[in-house]
Amino acid sequence: MGRKKLMLGNEAIAQGLLENGCAIATSYPGTPASEILASLARIKEMNSLPVHSQWAVNEKVAFEIAYAGCMAGLRTAVSMKQVGLNVASDPLMSAAYMGAKGGFIVISADDPGPHSSQTEQDSRLMAMMAKIPVLDPDSPAQAKEMISIAYELSETFEIPVMLRPTTRVCHSRQDIRAKNFGSFERKADFKKDPARWAATPKFRFKLHTELEKKLEKIAAFKKTTPVKLNKKAVSRKAVIVSGVAAAHTREIMNALGLWDKIPVFQVIQPYPLHRNFISSVCIDYDEVLVIEETVPVIEMQIADRTRVRGKLNGFVSRVGEILPEAIEQMLCDFAGLKADKIAVQSQPGRRPTLCAGCPHRASFFAIKKAAPKGIYTSDIGCYTLGLNLGAVDTVLCMGAAISQAEGFYHAFKNESKRPDIVATIGDSTFFHAGIPALIDTVVQKVHFTLVILDNRTTAMTGNQPTPASGFGASGEPLEPVDIEALVKGCGVKFCKTGDPCEIKEFISLVKEAVLYARDKGPAVVIARHPCLIGRKSKDKQAKKIFVEITDACEGCEYCIRHFECPAIIFDNNKKRADVDPLLCSGCGVCVHVCPKKAIVMK
Amino acid sequence: MGKSINQQIVISGVGGQGVLFITRLLAEAAIMNGCQVFTSETHGMAQRGGTVLSHLKVGEFSSPLIRPFQADGLIALKPENILQHDSFLKKGAWIFVNSGKKPDIGFDAHAIDADALSLKAGNPKAVNLVLLGFALKREKVRQGKNKGLFCTFEDIKRVLAVQHKGNKEMLDASVRALETGYKVSVK
Repeated sequence: MGRKKLMLGNEAIAQGLLENGCAIATSYPGTPASEILASLARIKEMNSLPVHSQWAVNEKVAFEIAYAGCMAGLRTAVSMKQVGLNVASDPLMSAAYMGAKGGFIVISADDPGPHSSQTEQDSRLMAMMAKIPVLDPDSPAQAKEMISIAYELSETFEIPVMLRPTTRVCHSRQDIRAKNFGSFERKADFKKDPARWAATPKFRFKLHTELEKKLEKIAAFKKTTPVKLNKKAVSRKAVIVSGVAAAHTREIMNALGLWDKIPVFQVIQPYPLHRNFISSVCIDYDEVLVIEETVPVIEMQIADRTRVRGKLNGFVSRVGEILPEAIEQMLCDFAGLKADKIAVQSQPGRRPTLCAGCPHRASFFAIKKAAPKGIYTSDIGCYTLGLNLGAVDTVLCMGAAISQAEGFYHAFKNESKRPDIVATIGDSTFFHAGIPALIDTVVQKVHFTLVILDNRTTAMTGNQPTPASGFGASGEPLEPVDIEALVKGCGVKFCKTGDPCEIKEFISLVKEAVLYARDKGPAVVIARHPCLIGRKSKDKQAKKIFVEITDACEGCEYCIRHFECPAIIFDNNKKRADVDPLLCSGCGVCVHVCPKKAIVMK
Repeated sequence: MGKSINQQIVISGVGGQGVLFITRLLAEAAIMNGCQVFTSETHGMAQRGGTVLSHLKVGEFSSPLIRPFQADGLIALKPENILQHDSFLKKGAWIFVNSGKKPDIGFDAHAIDADALSLKAGNPKAVNLVLLGFALKREKVRQGKNKGLFCTFEDIKRVLAVQHKGNKEMLDASVRALETGYKVSVK
């Protein structure tokens, strides 16, 4: 037994996977799940464990790689954020029927709030839809412990098992003791069984019937039975909690002096909810409060509606993260205590913005110059923040920048005045879901410009490599894929590359592309400049250009509104712009931004 | 120092200032002292220049989040963070803020111009450590009354030595930044 280590929830999950002999781990980065695979790759490298870990091109591919590994009898895992599970939902639904051989864990991290996501969707509901069991950890420590239970469940019932942590589990740190790594002795062994692994619809019916039988047994599986946390408490009321709401509730019940009074049950496995628990809760208690995030998955399974307070009758909010102060209020109401009304009034925080010196800012500035009245479709990544600059009009989901550009083109193509359409997508997102859409725009001869914001990394989620990087999750060398060749391979005739930080030349390049697109069809510009944060070698940075603001500044705030660089601040006393030397990265792009030429090189 | 410590601290700033790093140092110091610890952090999009907020709970807790009016103290890397996060603070809580002037607010607040000091010391990225050093000074002044941080300057120095193991240059620069703040007197 080692000493206690400070572990991020995602690190604890990675540690748990390796302690339980996970031989293949795959992922696509996405907050709050990204550090699971990154930590696993780091730990396996440090300890020379025979584990395959990789970033896949998207979640569907990641899922299928890990799933095939379990078909060969190995313990495997795939991790992603909740919207990533949407991308992987096709294999998920089918894998539930075919089941697992070696243990297979699907880790889908939810983001109630949402803090860093498009939706607050509940992956537990996806587990229910797929008909696989799901475990709901309350803390990093419990998430780690649940890995062993998940593998046991998966191998006992030959079924994929979901682990559903939320942001507060993934991005909390806790003191946790690491155990020894598991055994990696198991040999890959694929037993052919076409009626199962390549089942036609007739056999699918049979598999579905078997799946229902498995679920029946899983709803009575001992190790995942709901736990009564406070043995001494006796009441006609009870509280049912799961996930991080369980962690909040324990602390608050103690603070309110309710711990020894009202029984608290923690649900470990929200689906399938244990049959005996459902019936006993309805017999033993007159009133039950259910607190869970974000969809009432547990609540829906408790049949007796007259006894339950929760999301379905509006007692618990159906949207947003359930913060501890809200739980305090609910518990007071439920227990008949008078609560100190907590009216919190705080100033809002700063909105996120592109970093000072970010090459995306220069790209957006060029796009607005080249197509000032265009429709700007965009995508998921740091560059979503181009909306602060008025250079992003739509953000739907991964890859949609290109297909939405096509949709706008078809919508406007019979109008007398057709707007220029400029789509922006990051390099990693282009690989993830942009390629099929780009092929479609070639086939349909869509008049639009695509700017691929190629910063050579997956920046937003912590600088994971992309297929173009040439290295993998542990830094191991891999085969790089060439974006230009890929674009041309899709059939695009106009494909040129430029450096957005050479702003004058780059504006000309985007203008050329926009003109081409008006007459001829899809035009692609690859805006290539490495991310400031993810740069591998410092010496590749261009010479720094430091700037100052001259008396020519009239305080028009053009640079603030249209460029929004954190290093350019507006001095309210002097009524003019100023440069913050602590933040300025020396990219020099702003020199070309000021209409009065008041920003100059030092 | 023992397991009886119960302290809840809010640490905030904007993306890139190193809020997560000093949260981590304090959490490691807690473990070193045999305490249980929880932190909760901001990652992802918000980290890009947006407000970054950490919760740190040392002692017997099960929830990673601090409720309103429960925090013992706030370490603020920008003056604006005080009005954003003061609702977490209990009555009489302490505040250490990176600011040119002492904030006029009903808490036990202390300011240090960590921006200017770190710039002067030739280490402009070390604003977080200068402020942390300043906050640690307070522990020395009024130890034992839960009026300052739960850990000491020496604790953090030991944590830094572990964090920057094998990188003496980085370690020395970090300790110097910590000392820069620690040497400034708290009034």
